[in-house]
Amino acid sequence: MGYDFDFSFLASYAPDLWHGVWLTLGMTFVSIVPGFILGTSVALARLYGGRWLAGAATCYVEAIRNTPLIIQVFWLFFGLSVLQIYIGSFLAAVIALTINVGAYTAEIMRAGFQSIPKGQIEAADCLALGPVQTVVSIQLPQAVERVYPALVSQFVLMMLATSIMSQVSAEELTGVAYMIQSFTFRGFEVYLVIAVIYLAMATLLRLVLMGVAQVSFPRRRRLGTPL
Amino acid sequence: MLGLTIEQLSYMLRGTGWTIALSLLGFVGGTLLGLPLALMRSSGSRTARLLSSAFVQIVQGIPLPVIMFVVYFGISIGGYNVPALAAAGLAMTLYSSAYLGEIWKGCIQAVPKTQWEAGECLALTPTQRFVNIILPQAIRIAIPPTVGFMVQIVKNTSYSVVIGFFDLTYSAKVLNNSTFMPFTVFTIAAVLYFAICFPMSMIARRFERRLQRT
Amino acid sequence: MTFTSPVLSPAAAPIFPAASMVAFRDVRKSFGAFEVLKGIDLDVGAGEVVALIGRSGSGKSTALRCVNGLEAINGGELTVCGRALHQGGTDLRELRKEVGIVFQSYNLFPHLTVEQNVTLAPRKVHRIGAAEARELAAEVLAQVGLSEKAQNYPEQLSGGQQQRVAIARSLAMRPKLMLFDEVTSALDPELTGEVLRTIEGLAASGMTMMLVTHEMAFAKSVADKIVFMHQGRIWETGDGGMLSSPQTAELQQFVGNGL
Ligand SMILES: Nc1ncnc2c1ncn2[C@@H]1O[C@H](COP(=O)(O)OP(=O)(O)OP(=O)(O)O)[C@@H](O)[C@H]1O
Ligand SMILES: [Mg+2]
Repeated sequence: MGYDFDFSFLASYAPDLWHGVWLTLGMTFVSIVPGFILGTSVALARLYGGRWLAGAATCYVEAIRNTPLIIQVFWLFFGLSVLQIYIGSFLAAVIALTINVGAYTAEIMRAGFQSIPKGQIEAADCLALGPVQTVVSIQLPQAVERVYPALVSQFVLMMLATSIMSQVSAEELTGVAYMIQSFTFRGFEVYLVIAVIYLAMATLLRLVLMGVAQVSFPRRRRLGTPL
Repeated sequence: MLGLTIEQLSYMLRGTGWTIALSLLGFVGGTLLGLPLALMRSSGSRTARLLSSAFVQIVQGIPLPVIMFVVYFGISIGGYNVPALAAAGLAMTLYSSAYLGEIWKGCIQAVPKTQWEAGECLALTPTQRFVNIILPQAIRIAIPPTVGFMVQIVKNTSYSVVIGFFDLTYSAKVLNNSTFMPFTVFTIAAVLYFAICFPMSMIARRFERRLQRT
Repeated sequence: MTFTSPVLSPAAAPIFPAASMVAFRDVRKSFGAFEVLKGIDLDVGAGEVVALIGRSGSGKSTALRCVNGLEAINGGELTVCGRALHQGGTDLRELRKEVGIVFQSYNLFPHLTVEQNVTLAPRKVHRIGAAEARELAAEVLAQVGLSEKAQNYPEQLSGGQQQRVAIARSLAMRPKLMLFDEVTSALDPELTGEVLRTIEGLAASGMTMMLVTHEMAFAKSVADKIVFMHQGRIWETGDGGMLSSPQTAELQQFVGNGL
């Protein structure tokens, strides 16, 4: 192929790329905690919420899981703008990501809760722990530890999914790439570089989340065995 | 209807048709590439395992929109002016194959080791063992997650909007720009996606339950 | 405490003597159409140790589970620690602060250390502080002979040790009554002894206990009263001597097979 690769844009656009990286990582990390809380609450609602709450939770999960993220983002972003509510693209992206990842997290956590032997809950009942205490002290820690690898994969997927937020003018990494290629006409090189950066970020995110596991699961840290 | 004209609605339906077409392309391509990947991932050769595993790791670590751009610009530097369908189809193929290969590798490995040994006792060749004993069992295990992943394929074709491929998402975006009715337009788009994806999700779940019972 | 225990009416007083910690009166329990308890009458006085024996399926576990409200009774009257469980509206959490239970499967919390297992409920339910919890753990673990295992996780312990931790976990709630349901059935014979000795120690300390067991020699040595259940009824009651001189053909056959 007589194509001359030209990566000279790297030098001049490095600050823009950095900015994009930070925005991508920012969106991701800001969405993880609320997404996890939402997903766990929805999982609990499906399991213990009674008919109406469980039904509503199921509708939410199915609606989100069976439609594309990008449609959800457009719905929220353009919808808010016709309502003349301006919250900025970063916040809109975070809200959309939270709602989206919440539905996937709910399914993962529901499986986690269901995998806990009944005897654990009976033991907690017999020790006079209340329902909230049982969930917080017994069920939640065990469920999270069991499904942690699935949660990590889900959050990595969410980080990758931030790449469409430039569609609603959030200047995350893919948005920056688009800008650079429109100035340099070096689309192929630009996106190759971007791909490598995402790969690095995915690896980094995995490492960070595994580090979180080391801190959060002392039993695992000491014994190294699965729960 | 719903504040949209018949033309506008049929425009979205045409987009839906292209979404389905791209999904099929992605699934067929993903299968053609994913099957050898799954075999390589579970093969005896170290090189094959390393190569296939590297491919999977790389593809799963890159956002699909970026894969679309790389393919799109990659083809055009060859001097070809390809339709967005080809770029999107190739990107979907790469993406689907990585995930399908990984799913199927898991299914092959889920067949109990004793089954291989049983095949050995019957004096079958390795290929015969694989085709006659392992594969039928692996396929049974593979159906639920494969159907489940088809839902992901349908949803993720929406990312082809970044390279300007005309599909349901693209048509909704265009309509929104002209009508300024985002709630109507994107709700209809969501309902159309849901109508394709939800039945598949249900089927996947039903297959899974049936598999668990046996 | 805001909890108001039901005041015993004068008429009820003779039926439930103050010393009686558990009183079954014609207690019935069904699962669907299947009646598992067909009218149980039984008193357990304070400080008394009662052993329930009988064939598989005779309703021993069910009777025990009714005592701490894990199963709701369908008929008759059941009073535990002054609470009339048949009247409904009993606060089961309050009941379970006073009634501990240990199962055949130890059900320790795998994500917590032994010490955390033991102190979780006292900290959450009785709201004791960290220092007090530490002392409490040391005390009850010493009682079951596992002081040195406080910082281990359940999976690092043998079955017998895990079962003793489960006992310690119940004791840490300072119960007035302890229930044991075949606590040694999942254990190898050599591990059974250490758990039985722990229970004997408890009996000696004056703890009120109801225990379901298949260990006849143990029942004989530890129990003040042995209750033989058969087909959902109390077939025979007596002290240790009843095992060597059964009055009914059913008990005769049961001890004949059991020994
Ligand atoms: N939750 C339940 N639902 C339906 N039937 C039950 C339930 N629990 C117990 N049973 C039935 O009630 C009967 C008595 O059971 P229980 O567990 O009290 O017997 P047991 O005397 O403890 O026997 P074992 O020595 O085997 O433990 C059995 O026939 C059992 O099948
Ligand atoms: Mg029993």
